[in-house]
Amino acid sequence: MNATTADPHPVRASTVFFALLRRDVLVARKELAFFLVRTTMQPLLFLIVFGYLLPKMNFMAKGYQAALLPGILAVSLSLSAIQSVALPMVQDFGWTKEIEDRLLAPVSTQLIAAEKIVAGMLQGFISVAFVLPIARLLMGPISGLTLSHGGEVLLIVLLGSLAFSSLGMWLGTAIAPQQIGLMFSVIIAPMLFFGCAYYPWKGLDVVPVLKYVVLVNPMVYVAEGMRGALTPGVPHMPLSVVYVALVVIAGTFWTFGMRAFYKRAIG
Amino acid sequence: MAAIETHGLRKVYPAPPPPKKRGRAAGPPGMGGPPSAPGAFGAPRGEIVALQGLDLEVREGEFFGLLGPNGAGKTTTIGILTTRVKPTAGTARVGGADVTSEAVRVRQRIGVVPQRPNPDRALNALENLLFHAAYFGIPAAVAAPRAGQLLEQLGISDKAHAKVDEMSGGQQQRLMIARALIHEPQVIFLDEPTVGLDPQTRLSLWEILRVLHNEGRTIVMTTHYMDEADKLCDRIAIVDHGQLLELDTPASLKQRAPGGTLVEVTLAGDAAAIVDAVRGLDGVLRVEAKGPLLRVYSDRGGRVISPVIQIAEDNGAAVTNISLTEPSLETLFVSRTGRKLD
Repeated sequence: MNATTADPHPVRASTVFFALLRRDVLVARKELAFFLVRTTMQPLLFLIVFGYLLPKMNFMAKGYQAALLPGILAVSLSLSAIQSVALPMVQDFGWTKEIEDRLLAPVSTQLIAAEKIVAGMLQGFISVAFVLPIARLLMGPISGLTLSHGGEVLLIVLLGSLAFSSLGMWLGTAIAPQQIGLMFSVIIAPMLFFGCAYYPWKGLDVVPVLKYVVLVNPMVYVAEGMRGALTPGVPHMPLSVVYVALVVIAGTFWTFGMRAFYKRAIG
Repeated sequence: MAAIETHGLRKVYPAPPPPKKRGRAAGPPGMGGPPSAPGAFGAPRGEIVALQGLDLEVREGEFFGLLGPNGAGKTTTIGILTTRVKPTAGTARVGGADVTSEAVRVRQRIGVVPQRPNPDRALNALENLLFHAAYFGIPAAVAAPRAGQLLEQLGISDKAHAKVDEMSGGQQQRLMIARALIHEPQVIFLDEPTVGLDPQTRLSLWEILRVLHNEGRTIVMTTHYMDEADKLCDRIAIVDHGQLLELDTPASLKQRAPGGTLVEVTLAGDAAAIVDAVRGLDGVLRVEAKGPLLRVYSDRGGRVISPVIQIAEDNGAAVTNISLTEPSLETLFVSRTGRKLD
C-alpha cells in the first residue's frame, strides 16, 4: 500500500465528540459572563419586578412567588439552551463559516450536530443553577418550595434543555440569517408569554381555548414540570404527562434539527 | 493508484429560492458567487449546473492545479472532494475512499485550506491548531510541538497566543495552512489560497507549497492566476462551465496554445464587419469577432495593430481599447473558453 491509500489510524467517534465538547466548554467559559447576562437578564428582571417589587407593594399575593419561581427557571433554561445553539449556528453558517473546521473532522456530520446540542444543554443547566439561588435570595422564603425532589428537577431540566437545545439547532440552521431578529419576536417571545411560565396552566381554565392551544408549546411542560417538582403545592400537570410530552417534543425537534443541520453542512 | 479519481462527476444545485433577497440560502461552501449562469447547459429553469461530467485523475504526490474563471466549477469540485458537497451523479474517490459513502475515511486523509480564512474566532491561533488536531484524535502532547513548528515555519509563531481577529488576512491564511497540516494529511486541498494576499505574502506561500510538495504530499490547488498555476503545478486541468477542457503539464499546455500574439481590439461598433478585411492582413493567423471585441492572433506581434485600426476606422468604427497577450496559458485559455480569466 502506498502513502495515500494506507488507512490512517482511525479515530474513535467518542474521542472526536469530547474534543468538540471541550472546545465548546472552553469557549463558554471564556464568555461565561456575557452568556449569563444574555440569557438570564430577562428572567431576572421579571423576577425583580414580579417576584420582589410587586409583592412588596402588595400588588401581588404572596403565593404568586411559588407559581412564578419554577416558571422563571423554565424561561432561563429555554433562553439559554435555544440561544447557545441557535446563535452560533446562524453565525457559523451565515457569515463566518467557522464551523467548517469541525465539519472536516473525521466523524459523521450528525455527531457534530449532536455535540452542539449537548453543549447547549450544559449551558441550560448552568443558567438554571445560576438563577435558582438568586431567585431564592431576591424573593426571600417561598412557602411550599422544596428541594427534596432533586431527581425530578434534574430529569425535567435534562429533557427540557434537550428539547430547547434541539429547537435552537433547528431554528439556527433552518432560518435565514437575515430573519434571526424575527425568530425572537415571532417564536421566542410568544413561547415565553404563552408558556405558562408566569402563571400555572390550571389558571388558563378561565380561557379554555387558550388552555388547549398552548399545549403545543414545549415551555408549558418545562414550567409545569418545575412546579410539580419544586413547588408541588401550586396546581400543576401530572409529572408523567410532562415527561411524555417532553420526550415527544425533544425527539421531534431533534429530528428536525439534525436534518436542517445536515442540509446546511453538506451542499 | 491515483490519489484522487473522479468519474462523470456532476453537480446540479437546485433552483435558488425566489429572488426576494440577495445572497444564497444554502449554496456551496466558500463559493464567491453562483457557480454558473442559471439555466445554463439546458438545465431546467433556475437550476444551476456547476459540474457536468468531470473526469479527473490526480496522481500520488502530484501538485495539481485546477484552473478556470469564476463559476467554472472549481470550488464545487473541491467541495465534493472534501466531502462538503454531495455530487448529483458520478463518483469521486480520495485515496481510494468514496467521498459520499466513506466520507469519514476521506476526511481523515485530507487537509483543506479554504478560499476565505475561516478560523475559529473564539480561540487563539495556537488553540485553533490544537483543537483541530484533537478533532483528528491527536493528543495535545503530540500536537503542541507540531503546532509550534508549523507556526514557526509559516512565520507566525509570534502570533501563537494572539486572537485571530488581531491577525492580518495574510497571517490568517497562513494559520489556515498550518491548520490543514496539523494532522499530517496525505492530500491537501487549497481553494484559491492566494486571493487577496499582497505579492510578498503570495511569494512566501508559494515557497511553503513547494516545500510541502517536495515532502511528497499530494496537493490540489484551484486558482485563477495563470502564473501561479504555471510556476507551481505539475499538471493543470483547465475547467470551464463544469467541464474539463485541457489537462496536461504547463509546458505542454503552452505548446498547445495557438501560435502568435493575441491582440484584442475593442471597437465602438460590431467587430464582425471587419473580420474578413483583417484576415487578409500580413501576419494574421486567426481572427474572431465577439460583439464589439475583435481577437487577432498575430505572428508579427503588435505590428498588426496599426493596420487593424486603419481598417476599423475605414469602416467607421472607432477603436476604444487594445490589449496584447504573448502566447501563454492565457492565450490557450482564451482560445478554448472564449473568455479571459479575470
